[in-house]
Order: sequence, then structure tokens, then C-alpha cells
Amino acid sequence: MAFDSFAEFLAMGTHAPYVWSAYGLSFAIILWNVLQPWLVRRRWLKEQVAQLKRDAREVRKS
Amino acid sequence: MSAAISLLWRDLRLAMRQPGDWLTPLGFFLLVVMLFPLAVTADPHKLALMAPGVIWVAALLSMLLSLDGLFRQDLEDGSLEQLLVAPASLPLMVLAKVAAHWLQTGFCLVLLSPVAAVMLSMDMAALPTLMGSLLLGTPVLSLIGAVAAGLTVALRRAGALVPLITLPLMVPVIVFATGSVQAAVIGLPVAGYMALLAAFLVLAVTLIPFAVAAALRIAVGG
Amino acid sequence: MWKAIWDYVQRTVSPRHFYDIGGQWLPWLWAVAGVLLTVGAVWGLAYAPPDYQQGNSYRIIFIHVPAASIAMGGYVLMATCGLISLVWKVKTAEMVARSVAAIGAWFCLIALFTGAVWGKPTWGTYWVWDARLTSMLILLFLYLGVLGLYSAYESAASAGKAAAILALVGVVNLPIIKYSVEWWNTLHQGSTFVATARPTMPPEMYLPLIVMFFGCYAFFGAAVIARTRNEIVQRERRTQWVKDIVRKESAHGI
Repeated sequence: MAFDSFAEFLAMGTHAPYVWSAYGLSFAIILWNVLQPWLVRRRWLKEQVAQLKRDAREVRKS
Repeated sequence: MSAAISLLWRDLRLAMRQPGDWLTPLGFFLLVVMLFPLAVTADPHKLALMAPGVIWVAALLSMLLSLDGLFRQDLEDGSLEQLLVAPASLPLMVLAKVAAHWLQTGFCLVLLSPVAAVMLSMDMAALPTLMGSLLLGTPVLSLIGAVAAGLTVALRRAGALVPLITLPLMVPVIVFATGSVQAAVIGLPVAGYMALLAAFLVLAVTLIPFAVAAALRIAVGG
Repeated sequence: MWKAIWDYVQRTVSPRHFYDIGGQWLPWLWAVAGVLLTVGAVWGLAYAPPDYQQGNSYRIIFIHVPAASIAMGGYVLMATCGLISLVWKVKTAEMVARSVAAIGAWFCLIALFTGAVWGKPTWGTYWVWDARLTSMLILLFLYLGVLGLYSAYESAASAGKAAAILALVGVVNLPIIKYSVEWWNTLHQGSTFVATARPTMPPEMYLPLIVMFFGCYAFFGAAVIARTRNEIVQRERRTQWVKDIVRKESAHGI
């Protein structure tokens, strides 16, 4: 352990805002890129199911 | 080859009929140059320091202004599609169009640059180098801009894309062109810079027409 | 015989095949990325010793350097996929290129932000025009140009081809840009010494860095595959196999 206490770890020896903002933004971006494919897929599936239902109705009508 | 030359003549004659199209960017160039003393400082020493860079940036912006029209008019009146199906080599025709564009823009900027240099109190000993750097660098700008123009010619909302695509690719030319003029101001030799700029030009002339041709086929063909 | 080989290759790189194989790899890649990134970050943040000169701010290196590497490599990968899609007309390569463009741009942003934030305690300023940061900024604009093309074109297929051409023009320019920025930087060095290239790193420092490298690359692979699979099903939505997937997923309930 390079730090003597958790408080010191958080403080990063006066460099806390820099280290944590850098890591914070990076992991936020990484997290977004995990979520985005999942969200897009969910939305796409909903659209495709609705489209399939519409196609089925068209076939039944004709 | 003769088809390319006649295309070049045609574009130049068309430009002569609408002088506003090519005079406006030149006026824009001088306007941008004029803005710097007004906005930054009128002190001749500071202006002289900024002069090479400011002149080059103004030249860039002025040429970007005219790039959008490089292929658009031809697209609208159908001659672009004619070019695509013509038996003549498309990269060569592209080169002819870009040459015509450069003669209306970059070449005129080379001729106008002394005026800009005077406005910015630039050391006149560096003027030949400035004109040389513009002479070698602006054709590269026309070529790289042609790639951007070709890729976006059929798009409706292409607006800011042409500068966005063109400018990062122009960084090497800007760096060495302004570097050459700054070296000339100090009194250092500029042969190396000119050779490098010439090398960029040769690279661009030989490779870019093919990229532009491919871009046009995609943009128009769909 | 060559035809048979070519047909086999074509089948293997078909969108459907990429979708299936990618789908099998995906959970593993996510897991590996998650583990490596967590281990690497904790190691670098809490266990690696502080730097003699920079104190604790140097810990940003563990995310900055892998991100920068991915940003650069990503552009080359995108251009390569673009070339494959243009020359051999491989649709999958075109779709992979699009995903790489998006993820690469994000990593470029990470590299820029972490680099700038690192600069404040190190050189006293958030931005300095050194060769590395300047090249990274130009790279970001190159990415934005490609992404702008994708969003401006209505047809996804045309967008892919146009972006491929731009990526190829850009990748040829990339070494020229790097060289000219480095040269320009030597003129403007002044008193700012840039210490982003560390001469020697003790193992306590470069081991967590290696872990983060692998973690970031695994993450990059997973994110690209995930995005590409979405791109595939969207483009191929009229085919039977995609419709079957939709029916199966909707039966499970969304």
C-alpha cells in the first residue's frame, strides 16, 4: 500500500482533484460505452417487434 | 489529356463570367487580415511577429470559403455525372478542376500577399519566401479541400464538414510554410522548407486525385 | 480451389457469422476487461509507489497512456477496415470501422482530458502545446471529421465508403502530421520541459500499466464488437435470420 490511510489515499497528497477528475471522467466514458450498445439494442428490438406486428396486420388485411 | 485541358479552360471561362465567385474569397482574405490589427494590436513589431501565421490562416479561411462550390455547380447542372461516365480518366479530370479552382483562389492569393504583408508590417525581406510558401502550399490546400468537397458534394447539411475535414490534414503544410517565412525573417536559409513543401505538393498531386475520384463516385453514385 | 477458399473466407467474415461468433466472445471480453481494469486501476492508484518528482499525480499515466495508444491504433485499425471494405467489398469490415471510429474518438477524448489534467500539477497549466498533446488534439479532429461524415450521409452504405476514403487519406497523413508537430514543437520548446516520456520505470510502476493496457484493449474489443453487432442487425433487419432473432427475443419479453 502506498498510502498510510484511506483518507490519505483519497487526498492523493494534494493532487486529489486532478487524479480523481481524470479517472472519474475516464470511467464515466467507459461506463457509457458499456451501456450504449445495450440501450441501443433494447430500443431496436422494441422497434422491430412493433414493425413485425405491423407487417403481420398488413398480411392479414390483404 | 486534351479533355482535361479543355475542362480546365471551360472552368476558367465560366469563372470569368461570374467574377463575384472568385473575387469574394479574395476580399474575404484581405478582410481577415485587416481584422487582426483591429482586434489584437496595431503595434508594428507585434504585427510583424504574427504576420506569416496570420496571412496563412487568412489564406486558408479564404480558400475554404470557395471550396464548397468546387463540385456543387457541376452536380446541380448534371455535368458532374457526365464526367463520371466519360471515357476520360477521372483522376485527371479532377486534377483539371482543382487546377482551375487553384488558379482562381490560391494563385490570386499569392499575388495579393504583398498587400497583406504591408498591412501587417511584415519584414519585406521575407516576402519572396512568403509568396513561395503560398505558391507551393495553396495547391495542396486545393487538393485536400477537393477531397472534402468531393465527399460532401451530394450532402444537404455538409456545412461545417469541409473545414473540419480539411484543416487537420493541412497542419503539416501550415507548420512548414509559416516556419519558412519565420526563418526568412530571422535570416536563416529556407531551401529545406521549400523542398519539403514541394515534396508535399508532389505527394498530393500524385495521390489525391484518385481519392477525390473515388469520393465523387460514392457521393454521386450513392 | 482458390474459389473454394475465397468462398470460405467470404462466409466467415459475413455479418451473420461475425454476429454469432462475436456474441460468443462478448461476455468473456467484458469480464476480462472489467477484471483487468479494476485490478490495474486499484494497483496503480493505491499500491504503486509515488513518483519522486511528480508525487501522486503521475498515477494518471495508468489511464492516459493506454487511452492514447488506443486512440492512435484505433485510427489505423479504422483505416485498415476501410481499406478492406473498399477493396474486397467486405460489409462487416465497413461496420467494424464505424464502431472503431466512435470508440476511438472517445478514447482520444479520454487521452486529451487526462493529459491536460495531468499537466496542471506537473507544469502549472492545463494546456501546453507540446508535441504529444497537439498531435492528440489533431487526431481528435480527424476522428470528428470521419464521424461527421457518418452522420451527414443518409445511406449507411455510402457513409461507410465515404468514411473509408477519408480514413485512408487521414492515415497516410498521420505520420506526416506527427513528424511536423514534433518538428514544430522543437522550435517552441522554450523553458517548458515535457516529461511525458519516462526514461525508466521500475516494475512497481510498469506492471500496473501493462495490466491497464490489456484491460483497455479488452474493453476496446468488447465495445467494438457490441456496437458492430447492433450495426449488423440494423443493416440486415430484412433478412430472415435477423427476423428470427427478433421473434425469439420478443418471446422472452423485452
